[in-house]
Amino acid sequence: MNIIKARKIAFDYLKMDEEGKVESRSRAVDDVDLDVQEGDFVAILGHNGSGKSTLAKHINAILLPTEGTLFVDGKDTQDESKLWEIRQTAGMVFQNPDNQIIGTIVDEDVGFGPENMGVPQKEIWERVEESLKAVGMWEYRSHSPNKLSGGQKQRVAIAGVVAMRPKCIVLDEPTAMLDPNGRKEVIRTVRELNQKEHVTVLLITHYMEEVIHADKVIVMDQGKIVMQGTPREVFSHVEELKSYRLDVPQATLVAHELRKAGIDLPEGILSNEELVEALQKAAEQS
Amino acid sequence: MAIRIEHLNYVYSAETAFEKHALNDINLELPDGQFIGVIGHTGSGKSTLIQHLNGLLRATSGAVYYNDKNIYDEGYDMKSLRSKVGLVFQYPEHQLFEADVFTDVCFGPKNLGLSQEEVEARAYEALKLVGLKEKYYKMSPFELSGGQKRRVAIAGILAMDPDVLVLDEPTAGLDPKGRDDILDQVARLHQEKKITVILVSHSMEDVARYVDRIIVMNKGQVMFDDTPREVFKHYRELESVGLAAPQVTYLMHGLQEMGWDIPSDATTVEEAAAAIENYLKKQ
Repeated sequence: MNIIKARKIAFDYLKMDEEGKVESRSRAVDDVDLDVQEGDFVAILGHNGSGKSTLAKHINAILLPTEGTLFVDGKDTQDESKLWEIRQTAGMVFQNPDNQIIGTIVDEDVGFGPENMGVPQKEIWERVEESLKAVGMWEYRSHSPNKLSGGQKQRVAIAGVVAMRPKCIVLDEPTAMLDPNGRKEVIRTVRELNQKEHVTVLLITHYMEEVIHADKVIVMDQGKIVMQGTPREVFSHVEELKSYRLDVPQATLVAHELRKAGIDLPEGILSNEELVEALQKAAEQS
Repeated sequence: MAIRIEHLNYVYSAETAFEKHALNDINLELPDGQFIGVIGHTGSGKSTLIQHLNGLLRATSGAVYYNDKNIYDEGYDMKSLRSKVGLVFQYPEHQLFEADVFTDVCFGPKNLGLSQEEVEARAYEALKLVGLKEKYYKMSPFELSGGQKRRVAIAGILAMDPDVLVLDEPTAGLDPKGRDDILDQVARLHQEKKITVILVSHSMEDVARYVDRIIVMNKGQVMFDDTPREVFKHYRELESVGLAAPQVTYLMHGLQEMGWDIPSDATTVEEAAAAIENYLKKQ
């Protein structure tokens, strides 16, 4: 079943003058059709201002489409009576962990969501334990969040969302502010949630290496979806990606350069391991 | 020689329960005209270190010399130091506050007490240096994209005409093209104006591509200080402190493990591709 189903959605940001009249409008999301199956790991790429964050904010009804319809787990996001259900279905994690943590102790912060949903006290603590364990932060439960590293804070933020037991998590550049280790921690956590708990994941990122394990990659430009497919399909179009101000993983780039130099390598190489293997074959044939 | 750091120590919240030794006996020479990368995991002391370079933080002990003068000497002109050593913080666009782009960039030089003409000439030049088109000059900074805002913020520092430009993660949150644009522009500035550039970064690939020297910080100390090629040879040790080598370096090691007789010290895509091509042609 499609947990996210968007049909021709568009979104306009309005610029108002002092009297509150609309001065101008700019279209941030333009005619987007999107289908995400339950349990999928979908990555969204696009340059700054391409509309990916605006699109992401539609998934839990922070923004409502100006045109078109969006169904999340079968509920129309325009239907105000379903707002809370939609927000519980789709949780969101943002870029800056410091903006998302409100508790003074890690476990209280994680309990905040379920408490607001009216979950009984005993179950709140069960959920806190379960989600902190899922992100590997259980041993830090009694710590103060502001003493944690960026990657740890971001995992606490993810636990806070997981505790609400959403079917789907939308992460908007969750690793942009982290160091290499923090990035790895967060991506590993997200992949585990997807694989073990079967949570649907929508990951927005600028780091191409974080995308190679996704089931599906979507590339946005000027509010539209301009490319989609498996990582292998998308990353075989190096030049096209560059025209959208994007990149490919370094291994893909090295392969691309070598192919240009006349070395026979297959398209769509994503990782060092694949490239080593392909090069080994090329060396044996020559 | 531009900046010399001797036996620098910095302790946060000294004599309290939260006392933390953030910098531990740092000794560094940062000569004029280098392009230096500073890497280290969160909390390694790299941001604390760079805030000493223009006197924003005062060392607990030790000295910082700028052009052979100790900046902690009594009567030292800190204001002039801060115009000579320009510091661009993380997410500098959050510090834009004027009504339009041009006025924002004028703010720094205006505070140096320059004439209006000089101020405007400098702002104009700085905006040109960062490659921002004139049609944006009268726009509100908030109407610009993330990458454009960041360039305005950098222009604000450049308008002070610094000899040393320190950038704390200038590309965090930018898309790949925006990242390349900013770093290419910084590299061009470095070449054309011969200014010293100190780049703090979490991206090993960026550092490998641009700088001629890398300082690796760990636990408040300098762990390595050498060319990218030499530093990234220690990739296992870098990993143990939460860092890594550029991805292509791992590729080269992978090939060596397969028995290829190939140098493993490539740090950029171009170097790696060239080394592999070379190897295959020799076969």
